Amino acid sequence: MEFPFLTLIIFLPVVGALIIALIKGLSATQIRYTSLLATGIPLVLSVILFALFDRSEALAGVIQFEENISWIPLIKAFYHVGVDGLSLPFVILSALIGFLVILISWKINMRVREYFAWILLLQAAITGVFASLDFLLFFIFWEIELIPMYFLISIWGAGRKEYSAIKYVLYTLFGGAFILAGILVLFFATGSLDMVEMAKTDLGAIALAIPAVITFFFFFIGFAVKLPVFPFHTWLPDAHTDAPTAVSVILAGTLLKMGGYAMLRINVTMFPDVSELWAPMLLGLAVINIVYGGAVTLKQTDIKRLIAYSSISHMGFVLLGIFALGQVSMTGATLQMFSHGIVTGLLFAITGIVMHNSHERNITKLGGLAKQMPNVAIMFALGGMGAMAVPATSGFIAEVMVFLGAFSADVVPGAPIFTIVGLLGILLAAAYILWTLQRVFFGQRLEKFDGVKDADRVEKTFGVIFIGLMFLVGVFPTVLTDIINTGISPITSLFGG
Amino acid sequence: MPYQLIWVIFLLPLAAFALTGMGTRLFAKDRPALSGYISVAAIAGSLILSVWALITVLSSTGHELPVPALDWLVVGSLNVQLGMIVDPLTVIMLIVITFVSLMVQLYSQGYMHGDPGYHRYFAFISLFTFSMLGLVLFDNLLITFVFWELVGLCSYLLIGFWFQRPAAANAAKKAFIVTRIGDFGFLAAIILLLSQTGTLDIGELNNLAVTGLLAGSALTWAALGIFFGAVGKSAQFPLHVWLPDAMEGPTPVSALIPAATMVAAGVFLVARMFPLFESSEAALLTVAIIGGVTAIFAATMGLVMTDIKRVLAYSTISQLGYMMLGLGTGGVAVGIFHLVNHAFFKGLLFLGAGSVNHAAGTFDMRKMGGLRKVMPWTFVTFLVASLSMSGIWPLSGFWSKDEILASSLANQPVLFWLAMITVVMTAFYMFRVIFMTFGGHYRGDGHPHESPRVMVLPMVALGVLAAVSGLVNVTGGFGAFLGHGETHGFIEGLFGIFTHPLPWFGLILAGAGILLAYAMYSAQWLSPLRIRRFFAPLHTIFSRKYWMDELYENVITRLVLMKGIFAGFQLFDSHVIDDGINSRIIEQGIVRNFFNSLKFFDEKGVDGAVDGVADTTLGAGKRARKAQTGQLQVYGLFIVLGILAIILLAYFLS
Repeated sequence: MEFPFLTLIIFLPVVGALIIALIKGLSATQIRYTSLLATGIPLVLSVILFALFDRSEALAGVIQFEENISWIPLIKAFYHVGVDGLSLPFVILSALIGFLVILISWKINMRVREYFAWILLLQAAITGVFASLDFLLFFIFWEIELIPMYFLISIWGAGRKEYSAIKYVLYTLFGGAFILAGILVLFFATGSLDMVEMAKTDLGAIALAIPAVITFFFFFIGFAVKLPVFPFHTWLPDAHTDAPTAVSVILAGTLLKMGGYAMLRINVTMFPDVSELWAPMLLGLAVINIVYGGAVTLKQTDIKRLIAYSSISHMGFVLLGIFALGQVSMTGATLQMFSHGIVTGLLFAITGIVMHNSHERNITKLGGLAKQMPNVAIMFALGGMGAMAVPATSGFIAEVMVFLGAFSADVVPGAPIFTIVGLLGILLAAAYILWTLQRVFFGQRLEKFDGVKDADRVEKTFGVIFIGLMFLVGVFPTVLTDIINTGISPITSLFGG
Repeated sequence: MPYQLIWVIFLLPLAAFALTGMGTRLFAKDRPALSGYISVAAIAGSLILSVWALITVLSSTGHELPVPALDWLVVGSLNVQLGMIVDPLTVIMLIVITFVSLMVQLYSQGYMHGDPGYHRYFAFISLFTFSMLGLVLFDNLLITFVFWELVGLCSYLLIGFWFQRPAAANAAKKAFIVTRIGDFGFLAAIILLLSQTGTLDIGELNNLAVTGLLAGSALTWAALGIFFGAVGKSAQFPLHVWLPDAMEGPTPVSALIPAATMVAAGVFLVARMFPLFESSEAALLTVAIIGGVTAIFAATMGLVMTDIKRVLAYSTISQLGYMMLGLGTGGVAVGIFHLVNHAFFKGLLFLGAGSVNHAAGTFDMRKMGGLRKVMPWTFVTFLVASLSMSGIWPLSGFWSKDEILASSLANQPVLFWLAMITVVMTAFYMFRVIFMTFGGHYRGDGHPHESPRVMVLPMVALGVLAAVSGLVNVTGGFGAFLGHGETHGFIEGLFGIFTHPLPWFGLILAGAGILLAYAMYSAQWLSPLRIRRFFAPLHTIFSRKYWMDELYENVITRLVLMKGIFAGFQLFDSHVIDDGINSRIIEQGIVRNFFNSLKFFDEKGVDGAVDGVADTTLGAGKRARKAQTGQLQVYGLFIVLGILAIILLAYFLS
């Protein structure tokens, strides 16, 4: 048997969580380093995975590093994990964010043991979603993520934290019910839970208990809540605003991507005909996400809420790229998810430092901080560049690929018009990022913030990692597009591309 | 010349950026001068290599130096390569950019002396120069767009260099956002071109336009989109509003960005994609009209400003309008010729204004006067540049302006008359500046003095070019180098031009403008105050800038968008979507009912121990605190139950 890379990447954080939870008397420092190790090793393994992954065209769509063990024979459920070009970037992103989040959480002093145990468990669940190839396994990871999220927001959060936590749980549960229904429909029709097999099956030729269109929307609604897609997005600003910094980073960094990833993996791949038929409506939603989300962002005065709304706008680009159904657009959408994970992860992390050090989160009361916290200002400005798609950042190439691809994909009628309207999103992004930068960091220094500390060594470390990756992907996009392409090209072939 | 050296031209400023941006900041913080030297050395290297490139291209057959392309991004039908075009247009731009940038950087060593952000300043200037070079070098429209945006970013950083000043931070933001409105058009054009032709290679696109394979409305829309990008970057009406505010940046930056290089990027882009414009009458006409209208429109505002840099700012917008008019009516050589000359004289004028500010401590001309005596070098160079811009023979501005006037007379008579009126205005406002600043007696309360040599020398160098750069086309050689026109002898060109009536006409108008300025601001035959009163309504319109800032900022941005549409969205989002649809339907309706039915099942099926599930949704906020863990256990239970249900169902079905 081959080396079980994926199992280790998924479950080492669980081991870490168990060690922290079960061994009493660990000091806070020991707990932090244990967590660092439990996420650091998976990060190293995922980088090895990245290096070993075979990018040749011949292996497009082929699952690599597969592990497939019978699990519940009665319902033909398997412990089946593996990665292809579509999921590998997310596994890497997840491992990376998981590691950085430990650094971001370094200053947590309240109930340290529980906190890190929950974070590690959350980490495992998210990575599991991206690596699962069995519907049951996928669903279990998808749902398990809720429990740590609930505790992390409601205990370590701020503001209306209980409300936000419950709201998050309810929405996800609501979506999850639909996903489960979709899975059941497929299972009863085919008798299989194997996602790889399912992708190869022509579901149009099989009689489903419920019409394919409705099954498609079962899945879509479930994933749309996560992405989130208008009008299911209102849990996101609340959850982000009240969550502790690290959880916001995970939310923006990887949790939202579960939705986009699953749409590509399940909706588009398994229901190509329905996708094509309904794409114009979904592109309309995408454009609403982009423009409406961007417009509402400009009205926010809470710095975290502002970035949360900007995520809605950015996820609109993802939806646009996915349901334009072109090779370039879907590759761009995937890249955009990766890029957004880094860029917005960075912005939330930096915002956390601003809030933690200045004890202020209301934009109208902030100002002139560039003098007191220059390094924080530089990092925020660089992250902002990524968010407003300045060239050389990953945000630029991802969004441009979405636009170029969506306009010329020629699969969905009307896609060019949606794309042109979607271009407004980059204008709005420039406006809200630059305005925030100006209101928070520029202008006269304010005396009340004298003595506010700048980023410390740990904070600079994760800042530099985020920023370095953002530019790496922006300047050499082929490091990822070559991989993503092998995952997307089999999907494109479903649409005659 | 080995093609690798072209890459070196481009990469030297990047290396300077890396060194000054990170290296010296970390290792030589106490020696700021070092970053200045590094930047200057890099850009000087680029200039020398650019001259070599110019010579190579001049002497090579076909006037082109091939540079092999590198792969950058290949995904499906999208294939973007890093290739370069080194043709006459490129090398001319290389020379202009590197030369003006070198002068500005030399000058900045004096002007920025002692500024706490000295490292940062040179890092940004180097990054800016790098981006400009990339913009003119690469042969793929997407890569052009990359550098186009980076240039915009650098201008943001430089205009907002003194970010602690609210005016500077505002101006920087405004510059970026307004030019990005133009970029919207440029990006849309790129997307359209890719979908129509499958390529973004500039050479191929131009070929397709020439051969007629790319034609019709797609071509027109693409050309208009590109031009819209140029309107933003080159501050043409109606996106000109950012440029006057951009004067908040350090003055050498004003020389580099709004004068010599960045704003010229729009003109360059139109020139680079000229075959597209040539193939579309509508697009070409749009360029000419916007150019002509902008030229006179901006000049009217230049007439009344009292801040020396603002006058120069409006004159820049006006001159860029001339360039567009030249492109729209005469072609690449006409527009680019004025671009080159303008880069030298306008760069010089800004450096002069900076020098005056260095001495007098203000940009307000009402507090200057009499500086001719204490700042002879600044005065002489400023005078040369002003004469050149006014179009006085044989200085450079005369030659390029004459070509623009001639070509617009031939093609667009209405625009020609607008341009002629602008000639008077240009001469008037420039000499108004001269007389108010350098003539009469000193009205301020400082002790003005000539600037240090490191600032004067670049001004002299630019002054020489501002005087003579026009002579390169006296023979028609510049036009021929760019691909059209015929050549003739130098002396014949130098004096023969007066066999036509047009140059006489232009000179008389310019002379009239100068005379009027003399009469009002030096000899005081006419009282400026009474003239202003006489034209009070016009004066108000001009000095309030046609209320366009108010329209954009107060009416459109604040009222219509922020207080209107966006606020509406926000209300809709919080009240209709969040409180309404989502909490009513999802939270209370579906989830609660769903839970209730499960609860029923739970109470009957498991036992009565679990309660309060419905409360989860009802009093979420309040009650959650009490029953936090309980709910989750319930939830976990449901997952288990769900899985059990699946297993049981599967069992019975099979």
